[in-house]
Amino acid sequence: MKVGDPQLRRNLRAATRGIRQKRNAVVAEVEDWEELRVAGEAIKRDAMGRLDVLLEQLEDAVTRAGGKVHWARDAVEANAVIGDLVAGHDAREVVKVKSLTTDEIELNQALERRGITAIETDLAELIVQLSDDWPSHILVPAIHRNRSEIRDVFARELGLEGLSDDPEELTDAARRHLRQAFLRARVGVSGANFGIAETGTVGVVESEGNGRMCTTLPPVLITVMGIEKVLPAWRDLEVFLQLLPRSSTGERMNPYTSLWTGVSEDDGPGEFHLVLLDNGRTRVLADEVGRDALHCIRCSACLNVCPVYERVGGHAYGSIYPGPIGAILTPQLRGIPGDADELPWASSLCGACADVCPVKIDIPRLLVHLRSRVGGSDPALRLMGWAMAGRRRFEAAQLGRVPGMRTGIGLSAWTKGRDLPPPPRETFRQWWRRTRG
Amino acid sequence: MASRGRASPDHPDSRGRASPDHPGNGRGTGSSTARAAVLGRIRAATRTEAAQPMTVPRDYATRSPLAGPAVTDRFAERVAEYRASVHRIAPGEVAERVVVLARERSARRIVVAPGVPEDWRPDGIELVADRSLASSVLDGIDGVLSGCALAIAETGTIVLDGTARSGRRALTLVPDWHACVVSADQVVGSVPEAIAGLREAATAGRPLTFVSGPSATSDIELRRVEGVHGPRRLDVLLVEG
Repeated sequence: MKVGDPQLRRNLRAATRGIRQKRNAVVAEVEDWEELRVAGEAIKRDAMGRLDVLLEQLEDAVTRAGGKVHWARDAVEANAVIGDLVAGHDAREVVKVKSLTTDEIELNQALERRGITAIETDLAELIVQLSDDWPSHILVPAIHRNRSEIRDVFARELGLEGLSDDPEELTDAARRHLRQAFLRARVGVSGANFGIAETGTVGVVESEGNGRMCTTLPPVLITVMGIEKVLPAWRDLEVFLQLLPRSSTGERMNPYTSLWTGVSEDDGPGEFHLVLLDNGRTRVLADEVGRDALHCIRCSACLNVCPVYERVGGHAYGSIYPGPIGAILTPQLRGIPGDADELPWASSLCGACADVCPVKIDIPRLLVHLRSRVGGSDPALRLMGWAMAGRRRFEAAQLGRVPGMRTGIGLSAWTKGRDLPPPPRETFRQWWRRTRG
Repeated sequence: MASRGRASPDHPDSRGRASPDHPGNGRGTGSSTARAAVLGRIRAATRTEAAQPMTVPRDYATRSPLAGPAVTDRFAERVAEYRASVHRIAPGEVAERVVVLARERSARRIVVAPGVPEDWRPDGIELVADRSLASSVLDGIDGVLSGCALAIAETGTIVLDGTARSGRRALTLVPDWHACVVSADQVVGSVPEAIAGLREAATAGRPLTFVSGPSATSDIELRRVEGVHGPRRLDVLLVEG
């Protein structure tokens, strides 16, 4: 999304405000919300401190329940494991539940290269996939698309002519289109919101029922789980099944939560594979301050309150993880120094994200910590910082006396995918003299 | 390898189990190097930590303050807010209510979870027994009648646990209408009470499905649309007394 597109900005502002209000209402009715957050944070901190033991425990429990566990150091390894499994079943297509983790490893593209079609079954992911686009929000990936754009995509890509732009009609079209895919699919692919070390139970939290379809109907299920998603005990679900839905969609409970443990006779897939993915997570773990980013349960509450996200949208973060959480997670996952080093500077440190985070991640503290790690900001941001540190400097910039403020900075990585907005030509004092306020 | 663990969705009976010697992907074979590497990285990153579990402060409420009829009242109220329909009925009224609802929902053939008691099964509509029906067959059936494992008042949730009364997962997923019978004594107040009550099912490896209203999406301009892939209509028959 572009800062200069007022329609998109209005869409995004209306959208984030709507979710924010719903979230606030359902959080306010929980008297022990703060105690739940404290517990949620402690469970995650505990899990990160003994992640090796818990993953081995999870592996044992899943294996005992008839599942198979695979390990992947990085995206290439994970994609190879999954591709081999799909090819091993002679399947040419898979049905997929919305999964940030599989987006992170670009699984669809990797499968495509092997001649395997990945069908996204979440409505927003389907829209994004059909329009050859990239998600812009963790929870509502097509938040940047309006109804008539979606109708056009369905008409063009699915051959569905004569559809109106009514959301109900578009949803019904997606249901009919995907029903056949669910019924014929031989392999389902999902992510995981949780993996319980104690019982080997894996869970997916969703709304549309596509998650139930993908994890129930195909005879083979492959689940990709980031290693940080492990929870020590069954009991821990009592905390996260309260924190997540209320923070995420602003509902007391999301429509469907599926929890399965290995395979069950005559119920669901006969074959279950769990792929445990590192892909930079152990690098995050090695930073004792930065590792708190691994506590994230992907609710997206921090996006919806972020003044920066609301204005620039998800695409500006250049990552599947946008917003405040993306600004601390992406650079660490990719490695510092790296191509996301400027993200910790994309914040005013207002702290709204920390207040809503259901597991109390102190995002501003991590941003400051990472700023010191990435070592100095981008030249464009340094220039802006200098110019905005005093009235005379900013006025000089406005009057075109600061090189670069109007023309941009050649060496800046920040401005490669973003605009550096030029300051208004008229200074505040000039405006005041002209209009008297 | 192609024939192992392979099954057709039309023949659920032929579903093969993963074989322990499934080549190329088990631990000890292809991914054992990755396994050792990931665990090694974790140990290097956390070597200053004590490997002992930390104490988690659980000062949140583990029991709902509600008791008695207030629990079922809250459940009925919260389910209704999801735009599912709640029908509060007496124990002998399940079968007749199912017939009435089936007519309203234009359901002529419904599949019945195997553990549904005789007196819930109505005359006057065609009841289909679940004999490992293929998903494509379920797709041609109008509705499903099931019980559940328990229900949660605070969140208006029903929980299915894969036992005979809940039915296997596909049964309550593929048909477009779900009539679910909940008896008042199955309703617990809070999420922690439900998780405690489901521990045994999880330990036994049974699949669990939490259902809170009909399926929904808000993916198009955040406008909520009820009914995407799961049953588009959910009727909860709450049996009291």
